[in-house]
Amino acid sequence: MFETLSDRLNGVLNKLTQRGALKEQDVKDALREVRVALLEADVALPVVKRFIEHVTERAVGQEVLRSVTPGQQIIKIVHDNLVDVLGGNEPPETSAINLNVVPPAVVLMAGLQGSGKTTMTAKIGRRLTQRDKKKVLLASLDVRRPAAQEQLRVLGEQVGVATLPIVEGQMPLDIARRAVEAGKLGGYDVVILDTAGRVTVDEELMQEVADVAAATDPAETLLVVDSLTGQDAVNVAEQFGARLSLTGVALTRVDGDGRGGAALSMRAVTGCPIKFLGTGEKMEALEDFHADRVANRILDMGDIVGLVEKAAESIDKEKAAKIAKKMKKGTFDLEDLSDQLRQMRKLGGMGSILGLLPGIGKAKKQLAEANLDDKVLIHQEALISSMTPKERRNPKLLNASRKKRIAKGAGLTVQDVNKLIKMHRQMADMMKKMAKSGMKGMFDAVPENMELPEGDMPSGLGGSMAPGGLPGLGSPGGLPGLGGGGGLPPGLLGNRKKK
Amino acid sequence: MSDEDIKKKRRWFGLGKEKSETETLNEETAEQAVETTEEEAKPSFFKRLTKGLSRSSGAISEGVTSIFTKARLDSETLQELEDVLITADLGVETTMAITGKLAKDRFDKEISAEEIKSFVAGEVAAILKPLVTPFEINPAHSPHVVLMVGVNGAGKTTTIGKMAHRAKDEGLKVMLAAGDTFRAAAIDQLKVWGERVGAPVIARDVGADAAGLAFDALERAKHEGVDVLFIDTAGRLQNKTELMAELEKITRVIKKLDPTAPHSVLLVLDATTGQNALNQAKVFTEIAGVTGLIMTKLDGTARGGILVAVAAKQGLPIHAIGVGESIEDFQPFDADDFAKALVGLDSSAPEPAQ
Repeated sequence: MFETLSDRLNGVLNKLTQRGALKEQDVKDALREVRVALLEADVALPVVKRFIEHVTERAVGQEVLRSVTPGQQIIKIVHDNLVDVLGGNEPPETSAINLNVVPPAVVLMAGLQGSGKTTMTAKIGRRLTQRDKKKVLLASLDVRRPAAQEQLRVLGEQVGVATLPIVEGQMPLDIARRAVEAGKLGGYDVVILDTAGRVTVDEELMQEVADVAAATDPAETLLVVDSLTGQDAVNVAEQFGARLSLTGVALTRVDGDGRGGAALSMRAVTGCPIKFLGTGEKMEALEDFHADRVANRILDMGDIVGLVEKAAESIDKEKAAKIAKKMKKGTFDLEDLSDQLRQMRKLGGMGSILGLLPGIGKAKKQLAEANLDDKVLIHQEALISSMTPKERRNPKLLNASRKKRIAKGAGLTVQDVNKLIKMHRQMADMMKKMAKSGMKGMFDAVPENMELPEGDMPSGLGGSMAPGGLPGLGSPGGLPGLGGGGGLPPGLLGNRKKK
Repeated sequence: MSDEDIKKKRRWFGLGKEKSETETLNEETAEQAVETTEEEAKPSFFKRLTKGLSRSSGAISEGVTSIFTKARLDSETLQELEDVLITADLGVETTMAITGKLAKDRFDKEISAEEIKSFVAGEVAAILKPLVTPFEINPAHSPHVVLMVGVNGAGKTTTIGKMAHRAKDEGLKVMLAAGDTFRAAAIDQLKVWGERVGAPVIARDVGADAAGLAFDALERAKHEGVDVLFIDTAGRLQNKTELMAELEKITRVIKKLDPTAPHSVLLVLDATTGQNALNQAKVFTEIAGVTGLIMTKLDGTARGGILVAVAAKQGLPIHAIGVGESIEDFQPFDADDFAKALVGLDSSAPEPAQ
């Protein structure tokens, strides 16, 4: 998501920064291109118009054009306006689920068919249970789509969240009442109601969801919107907004290669904050929404804070600390590498991580061209698991016959084994160097500094970020390959080129 | 299979344009049944489409009418027309092509709002018309294998249900394969459709290998002399390399049993989708060899203008659209009606000039 828009915008804006003096016409031409870029990204037309108006107003002002770096200034104006459109000036608490009511707090999920409501329901349920330690009950009011209730039941089981027992033939309003009742009796903190998908012109169904809302008095009413939605997003928001008092938006399929137009439009057209982003098919693929970070991503400034948080959430802390210690001592062995590869996959794989890094657009394209996917990680893991524990701890043992055996065990070639060993050696060397220069492991810094203000990165990370690689994370964070200057370790890419 | 048999089985979905072939049905009642659906199908297509598109066509129509306050076509009016088309998801490129043409022909000349609408409808129809292809089951294949692909939530399973129903109605032996082994309860969903339609559903457990399942299903379908096998697949975003590789594997594996299969690879597009549908069409075609499009959810406020953009860019055959949740809401595609409904012209309006 966002990459294409990001490429387009940066192309346009970089042209401005390359020139010294700017005339009003230059800016207007550039903004005309920005307009097209936004429209092609499916940003709603009214939002685009307002955006361009605001930016123009400020950008063609005398002080901008006469300043020393007019291009930079305009990028800043665009950035500020993006943050604004995304709802960046709201107090942070508006982006969290409001549970500040007499329990159970009812959360009502509404949206079109196929927007991803049921999956989102389960993800939020999981988040509230695991992270916020709430007792959550899920209930599906979808009596229309075959097996929809069953789907939520299965997902509930998967994520370990209770679901309301299914009663055949019960109508949505009755299910909703039963769910709230069960929530009260069972001492639940939150009851999430997943409704059937509906088109906004279906009067009967729209009335039904309005009735459910009236009967259950939800603390949160979330509109679930597919981030691949086109200009219809405006209608959807208006129509649902007219029948329900929406309190927030959950965007799904943010991991697609859509350009994120809906993300940019929804805040403006619903007047509600975006609260969640669904970023994958896995149940943990749920992110909070941060306007400034998304704006950064769009302008290819990266989202390091997001990456750090993501790492912190899915990484085994103790293991990480142990690896960090080993690294400092310079005894980073293949066992540790294997752990890191696993962590990396847990983080959502290469693509997901790269998406959060600044200035990585090019490397990402390289990756796509090299057709590098997470298979490489799986292959490397397979190689390591074909080794004996002794070999893992001491890669020097690996002679020709051992390599042959390992390659056979993993179904790969001896060259693959060699590449892996080379990569490990390079990483170990780099880590030794870093340890000497006194780098602070990312993980040491993160947990205490989770609420870091933008731009104030943990020293280790910030410092080592500069060259474009990610050695800081390379330590316990689980980003082995990404170290080194260009971002991509020779081992990883090399693996693929041969194919 | 004799020629006569083949003829008997060969049916178009929907409109039943191949009337001469329905004549081989000797029962008069069957003949009548076909005719009634035919008669109803056409007006109901437009009516439903208009109902669905009324908001959007209203918007375009109003848009066109309200921007057109001057007698002459000037750049301001053009810019506004551009905006109106963009809000219908036609995309910047297609929009520019249409407004560019209008400007070339009529700039600074007198033109009425109706003329603008008619012009736009004509352009849209001209893009779509060559691509309208009724979905056809080729009885020479035994079975005709239909693979449904698309992103999550596009409406693949529902579309299979509707198509299977229609195929069954037309006297074909139908089998369904629950190839969405990922989404919770997707298999159950298809099973419910199988029951409704009266078609066997080949399924395995959640998490099973979809390609293996497709292989088994085709093997069984061949064995049991099924006419058409619909293979459902898990929704996948086209930028997920591994998932797309899995889809490619499904097509590869079923080719082992029948080198000509899958005979139809249908990409299901959600009408609410924006410009990303272009990518969807491109990538799914590259990987799975899409042979035709089905657009769903045109019963909402979505304008489905993206179909025009996809048609202009990818040139994929357009088979049908879904305008509602019931089985009858699955209709063959009619370019003129679609174009007129999109810009808010009456269906009885003369065929737009091209």
